[in-house]
Amino acid sequence: MNAYSRYFVKKLFWYLMTLVIAIALNFFLPRMIEGNPVSLIVSQMSKGMTDSDTIKRIYETFMKEFGIDQPLGMQFLIYIKKLFTGDLGTSFGLYPKKVTDILASAVPWTIGLQLPAILVGWILGNLLGAVAAYKKGVFDKVIFPVALFINSIPFFTLAIIMLYLFALTLGWFPLSGGYDFQMVPSLSLDFIGSVIRHHTLPFLSIVLVTIGGQAIGMREMSIYELNADYVLYAKLLGIRDAKIARYVFRNAMLPQITGLALSIGTMVGGSLICEIVFSYPGLGTWMFTAIRQLDYPLISGCTLLIAVTVLLANFTIDMIYGLIDPRIKAAQMEEE
Amino acid sequence: MKNSFAILLKSPKFMIGAVLFLLMLALVLIYPQINRKDPLEMIALAFQPPDANLWLGSDNFGRDLFLELMYGIQTSIRVGLIAGVFATIIGLIMGLASGYIGGMIDNILTAVTNIFIVIPSFVILILISVSINSRSSLVTAIIIGITSWPWTARAVRAQTTSLRNRDHVQIAKISGHSTPKIILFEILPYIASYVVMAFVLQTASGILSEASISMLGLGPYNTISLGIIMNWALVFEAPVAGAWWAFIPAALSIALITFSLYMMNTGMDEIFNPKIRS
Repeated sequence: MNAYSRYFVKKLFWYLMTLVIAIALNFFLPRMIEGNPVSLIVSQMSKGMTDSDTIKRIYETFMKEFGIDQPLGMQFLIYIKKLFTGDLGTSFGLYPKKVTDILASAVPWTIGLQLPAILVGWILGNLLGAVAAYKKGVFDKVIFPVALFINSIPFFTLAIIMLYLFALTLGWFPLSGGYDFQMVPSLSLDFIGSVIRHHTLPFLSIVLVTIGGQAIGMREMSIYELNADYVLYAKLLGIRDAKIARYVFRNAMLPQITGLALSIGTMVGGSLICEIVFSYPGLGTWMFTAIRQLDYPLISGCTLLIAVTVLLANFTIDMIYGLIDPRIKAAQMEEE
Repeated sequence: MKNSFAILLKSPKFMIGAVLFLLMLALVLIYPQINRKDPLEMIALAFQPPDANLWLGSDNFGRDLFLELMYGIQTSIRVGLIAGVFATIIGLIMGLASGYIGGMIDNILTAVTNIFIVIPSFVILILISVSINSRSSLVTAIIIGITSWPWTARAVRAQTTSLRNRDHVQIAKISGHSTPKIILFEILPYIASYVVMAFVLQTASGILSEASISMLGLGPYNTISLGIIMNWALVFEAPVAGAWWAFIPAALSIALITFSLYMMNTGMDEIFNPKIRS
């Protein structure tokens, strides 16, 4: 087996271990709750219902869905077996919808919101950070504190401030949702326009924070590289400044690219609360509803999905780095 | 250590952050001593706008929002500090043990750390919070603390491994000092500044985590925190009612606290890490 395959197998083993632990946490933690979540949810659902047969039927269906009638170890095995068939159970709150169907309807909204925001924020932030580090002086003195302040504002705080300013006070954008609620999703111009108008504010609130964070990181990396020995050496050799700047920023970019890959991986769970503020029809809003309704299968489904995407992203990054990073390559060589 | 504290006082970034933080702390500690009313008492109509009596108006239950804000900031800072202490101590112990002792223990601890680095801590935080029925602010703080130690552990381990083979540590080893003594006197002083910085960052992220988890409705019970104020505002649709005072001040307070902590951290970073000094 060559060095890279060995690296691959080793990493794969650790990621599988982590996946098992993530799944176990996801299964056991909600089942630690004192009392029976099913009877709680049924008593809430059946408020006002008089037909005891119906209530009993709902209760028994939920008991079966949650599998509480079996011993815990057995339940875990069934849970894993169902996972392999892509079955995350039935939602309590939106009975009889399948959790996977709800997630499938939510994820496109979340990705549609996050992916463009992360990319735009990343590009602008890195440009600003690099310029701040290179130009120094007044430019740096303004950009840095502003970026730091914006970065200290949590996503959702900025979101709620923008909601108030631009949606409520100025009325430029709609208050909530992913599109006008009286519309039927279709590919008509009206509908697309509505989607874009609803998209703008949550998008901007994520972009601004991303710019702040990226600018800070890029500035720091650039200053670090600008003070590195090779820069001084290149200057002494009389190499043109523009050329040195290219080297510096190419080196400073590396960690930023890893950061981009990671934020794309954490995208699915990255803006839960921003979505809640705007009642955007993504994962966050569903999770908020699920938590308020004690809809355990849906909560578990959301957290599992987030964990799995993050694991996949990390694994992919590790694999690519194994191929391109000279240091990891060197370590692989040594093993041979 | 005394010397580095004197340098810190000369860093404008650190000072701005520290003064801002201390001013806020003083305000939220002193004001409740002057206005001794119960922050949960309903004294006005719902969503009354700010006036001379109610500086920040009232919330959906007609409670004094300024007073709530004072208690909210207090709780948030307390939760952040406790979470920071827990995360830093766990990270420090894991990192020191794994970096200094090495061998099998290092392998196990590093594996555990790596596993918890890739599982998003927010997910574990949500799952634990969902499964615990009654959460006090202390319990919330501890949960946040035990889900956010892995980065500190990894960084401390890296620094410790680089210190392990330094001459002064070797001499201490040859002189027969015990392992705890070497860690305490030969290693810890060298990473102390780093640990303080990590603690400040952990505190900031603890405050943010509390706010996020409370916004989801999974925060502590029977108390007021900045996240809880925001959650009430959202659940009772303060934005739709146009009641900006129900969420903007709390939102800005969160931003201001984290900003002051980040400023302190950046100031320290520039001093203890001469390479980035611009």
